[in-house]
Amino acid sequence: MQLALGPLLYCWPREQVLSFYEQAAGWPVEIVYLGEVVCSKRRVLSLDEWLDLAKHLESAGKQVVLSTLTLLEAGSELGALRRLCRNGHFDVEANDMAAVNILAAAGVEFIGGPTLNIYNPRTLAVLVGQGLRRWVLPFELSHPAASELINAAPASCTCEVFAWGRLPLSWSARCYTARAENRAKDQCEIICRNDPDGRLVSTREGQPFLTINGVQMQSALTQDLAPWIPEMEAAGIQVLRLSPQYSGMDEVVECFDRLRRDPGDQEVLRRLQSLAAVGVCDGYWHGEAGFANTANGLQQS
Amino acid sequence: MQRMKLVCPAGNLPSLRAAVDGGADAVYLGFRDATNARHFAGLNFSRDSIQQGVQYAHGHGCKVFVAINTYPQPQGWTQWQRAVDEAADLGADALILADTGLLDYATRRWPDVARHLSVQASATNPEALSFYHRLFDIRRAVLPRVLSLRQVARLIEHSPVPVEVFGFGSLCVMAEGRCLLSSYVTGRSPNTYGACSPASHVRWEETDQGLESRLNEVLIDRYGPGEQAGYPTICKGRFRVGEHVYYAMEEPTSLNTLDILPELMRAGVAAIKVEGRQRSPAYVAQVTAVMRAAIDACLADPQAYKPHAAWQQALASVSEGTQTTLGAYHRPWL
Repeated sequence: MQLALGPLLYCWPREQVLSFYEQAAGWPVEIVYLGEVVCSKRRVLSLDEWLDLAKHLESAGKQVVLSTLTLLEAGSELGALRRLCRNGHFDVEANDMAAVNILAAAGVEFIGGPTLNIYNPRTLAVLVGQGLRRWVLPFELSHPAASELINAAPASCTCEVFAWGRLPLSWSARCYTARAENRAKDQCEIICRNDPDGRLVSTREGQPFLTINGVQMQSALTQDLAPWIPEMEAAGIQVLRLSPQYSGMDEVVECFDRLRRDPGDQEVLRRLQSLAAVGVCDGYWHGEAGFANTANGLQQS
Repeated sequence: MQRMKLVCPAGNLPSLRAAVDGGADAVYLGFRDATNARHFAGLNFSRDSIQQGVQYAHGHGCKVFVAINTYPQPQGWTQWQRAVDEAADLGADALILADTGLLDYATRRWPDVARHLSVQASATNPEALSFYHRLFDIRRAVLPRVLSLRQVARLIEHSPVPVEVFGFGSLCVMAEGRCLLSSYVTGRSPNTYGACSPASHVRWEETDQGLESRLNEVLIDRYGPGEQAGYPTICKGRFRVGEHVYYAMEEPTSLNTLDILPELMRAGVAAIKVEGRQRSPAYVAQVTAVMRAAIDACLADPQAYKPHAAWQQALASVSEGTQTTLGAYHRPWL
């Protein structure tokens, strides 16, 4: 199984972003996704700077994929999307049908992001016809659905699963970080850069519930599918996506690297769980509520 | 330019009749199962009632759109396919679809039945609309409630198809089709199950601290004496962020576009959609009557158009939380 470093979902200071990927160049991940997928206002790096970073990571032996913005609202965002899709060299992860349309018109193969909503084999077949070469399973799909999709896919088209990270649960026109600060979105001053792991939302009785990340809401719990690596491998999943977090990402990668070689290593599984900020979940994979933790027994053992 | 149309919801036959009688240009409805995005107990249509509904609507010059706008998973595929076949067979004027696979099936199996792109397809820009137009020759697209008025106008300038927007009803603050808040807590989402916060997972409880609403045991809100309680939709709950407890995503409000109808018309909006298939026939009658009168006044003389106070009152009385907003159409809301 291959490991992929998913696109950075948070807004980090520029130096932090550069040093993060400098380290990632030496991590045991085969694939690195780059680019801003949440909010076009962040502009921490320009497209040219992302491309420079991509070249650098490629020379370090990584397969680099450029990820597109998920929610496109303004004409200027479409312009930026077209430039990214027509970069002429690097693979692109399409996170909206707009990107699929541009890439298909250019005759370029692509990776389908989790928000393309590939829920059934017929959808998969249509997108394969448009140039889909790998796809990320929609977050809320379960093991049986994944198996059926993989069985129906041509051998040349592989499936990637979101194996580690806070789950992106929704996108909005509204910025919830700005709202938390009582600021208008147009005057946000990129305040989300103060929350390198997003901002915790708890219920009124203190249960950690969601994470605010600008226009995106995420889970508070970290989805951890590491205990199910053998099951995922048997289902035919070929790539595990690890979503960046502010601290301990090197350890997360190291744990997954060890587990893909020795999936039964309980000590590593426990160490991994301790790297989640407020606990782990794996419900979606088992067809349950996303926040369920079916690997509970493991924690206690 | 085509006259701006009014599209109204029908959760059952009495609502359908109310919409038709009130002057809707089209009604939209769904089957009694998870194939549509308002999958609630006791709601929606059987094959027979669709037949009666189509007959009544067509007899009064009103079109019928059938929403099959959830995302079939492999094990559900034949059920969704059957819904498309039945809707086409029963004389639907258009199918409202979101799933790419289902659009492909409908296009090949029923090329002559018009396909509308559902709001659940999350298409917010002309490139995405071109994708669906190129592959499935969609005739109309319903826009997610995330665009400003200016963005809607720009999109229409570049759109390959006519555009329908929401004019009144409950407000989704998230891009539809990409919101998993409900399944994160219950395992069921609008995409997979056709419902947000399914009633089976809702629990109300009087406690010493007030009336509490829970979704799969997660506390969504707690109401003090005299506070009006709302349905525990996650995006409209009160939560703690740092030191503050507040509506972290959105207050319980309804979208109301009476104030901007002339702008929507000038932007070239083809149709105004009213949300609320889960609401009563009385709601449908009230909202249809107001929106009909307002659209007619706007079409007759957009310059002189001004929403009547009686219209606003009528809509406010049926609004969620009895407040209304322009939502994303109005930039300061963001």
